[in-house]
Amino acid sequence: MAKRPFLIPGVDKRLLIKDSIKAMPDLTRRRFITGGASLGALTLLTGCDVVDGDTAEELLKKVSKFNDAVQSWMFNPDALAPTFPESAITKPFPFNAYYTLDEAPEIDAADWKLEVRGLVDNKKSWTLDELHALPQVKQITRHICVEGWSAIGSWTGTPLRDFLKLIGADTRAKYVWFNCADSQGYNSPLDMRTALHPQTQMTFKFADQILPRAYGYPMKIRVPTKLGFKNPKYVVAMEVTNDYKGGYWEDQGYNSFSGS
Amino acid sequence: MSSIAATETTIATPQTKVIQPAWVRVMHWINAVAMILMIMSGWQIYNASPLFDFRFDRSITLGGWLGGALLWHFAAMWLLMLNGLAYLVTGLATGRFRRKLLPVSPAAVIADVKAALTFKLSHGDLTVYNAVQKLLYLGIILVGIVVVLSGLSIWKPVQLHWLVMLFGDYPAARYVHFVCMALICAFLVIHILLALLVPKSLRAMIIGR
Repeated sequence: MAKRPFLIPGVDKRLLIKDSIKAMPDLTRRRFITGGASLGALTLLTGCDVVDGDTAEELLKKVSKFNDAVQSWMFNPDALAPTFPESAITKPFPFNAYYTLDEAPEIDAADWKLEVRGLVDNKKSWTLDELHALPQVKQITRHICVEGWSAIGSWTGTPLRDFLKLIGADTRAKYVWFNCADSQGYNSPLDMRTALHPQTQMTFKFADQILPRAYGYPMKIRVPTKLGFKNPKYVVAMEVTNDYKGGYWEDQGYNSFSGS
Repeated sequence: MSSIAATETTIATPQTKVIQPAWVRVMHWINAVAMILMIMSGWQIYNASPLFDFRFDRSITLGGWLGGALLWHFAAMWLLMLNGLAYLVTGLATGRFRRKLLPVSPAAVIADVKAALTFKLSHGDLTVYNAVQKLLYLGIILVGIVVVLSGLSIWKPVQLHWLVMLFGDYPAARYVHFVCMALICAFLVIHILLALLVPKSLRAMIIGR
């Protein structure tokens, strides 16, 4: 996740997405216009009007969709992200979000439940104790941020594919869509093939300790085959769905697949 | 005798001789546009998490913010890669690389650098590259290949892990990518400066003669 406060106050994002394709360009257009000054210089160099708004922007979005398809084609469900020894762990592991650590969700385990929705046989909600009782594995992998930096961390939890099996999820569905507890309602879709990747994990511990608030207490989804912003923290719900429901950063223009 | 010599002179005159074939000119300018898009959006991406103690001024970056810059970078990369690949294949297949860029020896480079610094390097015949040009053009082709490979490594460090290993690890690939960008910019400065000093070379890259 990267630092960048966005979202217009008073605008309900879900309604916006429903109005969808028409409304979304407005969100991104602002960003392109702020780049107008430098684009002006480029226009002079190339002699073509690349700024002229919608055309360039629509084209870029189409290419990004095409890049989703290319990445999905490149994705090898058996290719494992490299793992590292304990000695390689980055200390301190960075905290990064669109809010400060003080503003990060403070969740009381007693009030928290993981809600399960969509194309699953068993829609029961899970308490933290119930989740902690599931078999866990530890993995030390490199977290790569969309900003470019990376850090090696140690994450322990239950492979998501085991949990999906446990709840009787329809694994032919296209996405698992995660919802988070932070104030702006962070969310992110994960394509099913990545959700079923052996290293994709419901994480409860960082460096052998209960996940601290900074890293997403009580649960984060660790996906070493995706950029950091596709690793949601403070997860409160997951929905198995065939619909593309968008995501906090995806809606603002980050490539949706963003596989690594 | 004299009439034959006259004919030969006419043929060798730059005005009638194609210096840059059409495919070279088309690919050169596509590459120029793609490179500028990649470099300017790359600077914006760099600013999100700088490797060194400086940032690029927003006025010379493309995309407005990280997300916009990434859209530009991952769109222009197709233009750069496909055009670059076509250039390499055509250059090798037509024998142009071998003919124009080889052989190049250290002695010839030193001699031509000396000649250039004393303003004695001839640009009379644009169809023949001097040793410094050969070295720079071979070098920039190599840098172009490395910038793409390091870029692919940063883009897909898990799927293309074998490629990342070539550079060491992911952070190392980022540095390699940055250094290649810097070398391309340095080349660009010299390249544009010399094109302006010898305007007929610029004309040849536009109209071929």
